[in-house]
Amino acid sequence: MKDFAYLRASSCDEATTEALEPATRFLGGGTNLLDLMKLGIETPARLLDVNRLDLGVIEELDGGLRIGATVRNSDLAADPRVRRSYPVLSRALLAGASGQLRNMATTAGNLLQRTRCPYFYDTDMACNKRTPGAGCSAIGGFTRYHAILGASDACIATHPSDMAVAMAALEAVVEIEAPGGARRHVHLADFHRLPGDTPHIETCLEPGDLITAVILPAPAGERQIYRKIRDRASYAFALVSVAAVVRMEEGRIATARLAFGGLAHKPWRDAEVEACLEGEPPSDDLFDRAADRLLQRAWGQGENDFKIPLTRRILTAALREATGGMA
Amino acid sequence: MKTTLTINGEPREIEAEARVTLLDALRHEIGLTGTKKGCDHGQCGACTVIVDGRRINSCLTLLCTQEGAEVVTVEGLGEPGRLSALQEAFLAQDGFQCGYCTPGQICSATAMIEEAAKGWPSWVSESLEGEAVLSREEISERMSGNLCRCACYPNIVDAIAKVAEARMAEAAE
Ligand SMILES: Cc1cc2nc3c(=O)[nH]c(=O)nc-3n(C[C@H](O)[C@H](O)[C@H](O)COP(=O)(O)OP(=O)(O)OC[C@H]3O[C@@H](n4cnc5c(N)ncnc54)[C@H](O)[C@@H]3O)c2cc1C
Ligand code: SF4
Ligand code: FES
Ligand code: FES
Repeated sequence: MKDFAYLRASSCDEATTEALEPATRFLGGGTNLLDLMKLGIETPARLLDVNRLDLGVIEELDGGLRIGATVRNSDLAADPRVRRSYPVLSRALLAGASGQLRNMATTAGNLLQRTRCPYFYDTDMACNKRTPGAGCSAIGGFTRYHAILGASDACIATHPSDMAVAMAALEAVVEIEAPGGARRHVHLADFHRLPGDTPHIETCLEPGDLITAVILPAPAGERQIYRKIRDRASYAFALVSVAAVVRMEEGRIATARLAFGGLAHKPWRDAEVEACLEGEPPSDDLFDRAADRLLQRAWGQGENDFKIPLTRRILTAALREATGGMA
Repeated sequence: MKTTLTINGEPREIEAEARVTLLDALRHEIGLTGTKKGCDHGQCGACTVIVDGRRINSCLTLLCTQEGAEVVTVEGLGEPGRLSALQEAFLAQDGFQCGYCTPGQICSATAMIEEAAKGWPSWVSESLEGEAVLSREEISERMSGNLCRCACYPNIVDAIAKVAEARMAEAAE
């Protein structure tokens, strides 16, 4: 690993100001950043440790929860309020990584973890995400883990987070502090970007921006489900995952919030799919129509074509369970 | 950079570059070679140590971030003549073959049992809010961050199950 200067921020203000210096990176749990630094994929000149800022608490806010940026994934999954009112989030966190990694990984770091595309990890291969304009080795290569929705000619990578998928279905909001102290709020669904022709720009963050928290709105009595399909039973990234947050009223689907992992460059939500479910009584026929909408523009690369029928099945199973029927 | 921390109960002051991981510091600066380097990328768990009561991967942890921390390695859990319950159980159940993954397995299991005693659920727990019961399925899931190339998993689970049973009975009291 290339050496770097290590700094410890003592306030958010100091962190955002210092982060404006070129080649500076925030350090959360380090489980993604240090991995990438060892491989020479990330080469920061300065690491700014944010772990000692006052961002490690979960507090109640307007009936919901405000989750500090440095709250560990394991503590978030085990928090009694999260287990009771946001089980989809506990489940998604517990489906990710390992006990050790969850003890280190932070809320902000998890949102900002980078793709697991094997060509992104191999510095001998061309990758537009690592080197804009270099080309994409995945297209025409090994694509089992790649996107079927929202991809571009420049990049077909997926976002690997489980936590972010649950947060997207829960309509979470990311709280961001800019240099100078101004705070803004961005819906999780708008936080990550599709690759387009700039796959190296992954989120809406601007230079110096620090994530300070993620805010969950008050729960409204929904049924919450997280399902994840992977190549081994544990300690593996999702091939496809789904978070379903569904509220029933008098035998009909009142609201349905669905987010998918493993399909795209960001946690995937589709307002049309949710609209087609709402107001309807649940049936396999309806779930099939929802899957048709979700997958109408799906596009496989060959090796990942299996994700199309798999997504249809995982959607149906999650909706059966969330609407009260058998999975 | 200078880092001051406690390792296995002993105060230490280590001078090292910022890029030195806790794993390399333990092995090369302190000479505690019980903690192993398998992958150096968070994928195998051989480097697991316990910091402030929590199991972590020391290969993805920078020494300089651990100012003031209390680190426990496999050497700190016990030694010949006064082995910890898990160390004894791994011997009794033949929980290893080559032994390379064993220090990480034992550190991980030591902290995992405490997580369960606090009531932390896992991905395979039926209920998120019920009591944590360490069935074989639960132990395998909670220990999935520790790989064993010799595939001693059945005996590793046996060893952990024995100790977990006693600990959970204690927690229930
Ligand atoms: C073997 C392995 C298996 C894994 N399996 C899974 C899995 O199945 N599912 C899953 O979801 N994840 C998985 N992960 C990924 C893991 O969840 C992430 O590495 C972790 O969540 C990253 O969090 P961190 O705090 O360690 O981030 P860091 O590595 O510290 O940081 C990541 C990025 O976030 C930036 N950052 C950190 N904090 C802030 C902040 N407050 N504001 C702005 N920027 C910030 C950093 O600069 C860096 O760019 C796995 C990881 C490994 C190594
Ligand atoms: S899919 Fe994206 S991350 Fe993977 S090689 Fe192509 S450009 Fe790089
Ligand atoms: S050496 Fe740390 S996880 Fe493999
Ligand atoms: S005993 Fe050989 S790797 Fe586990």
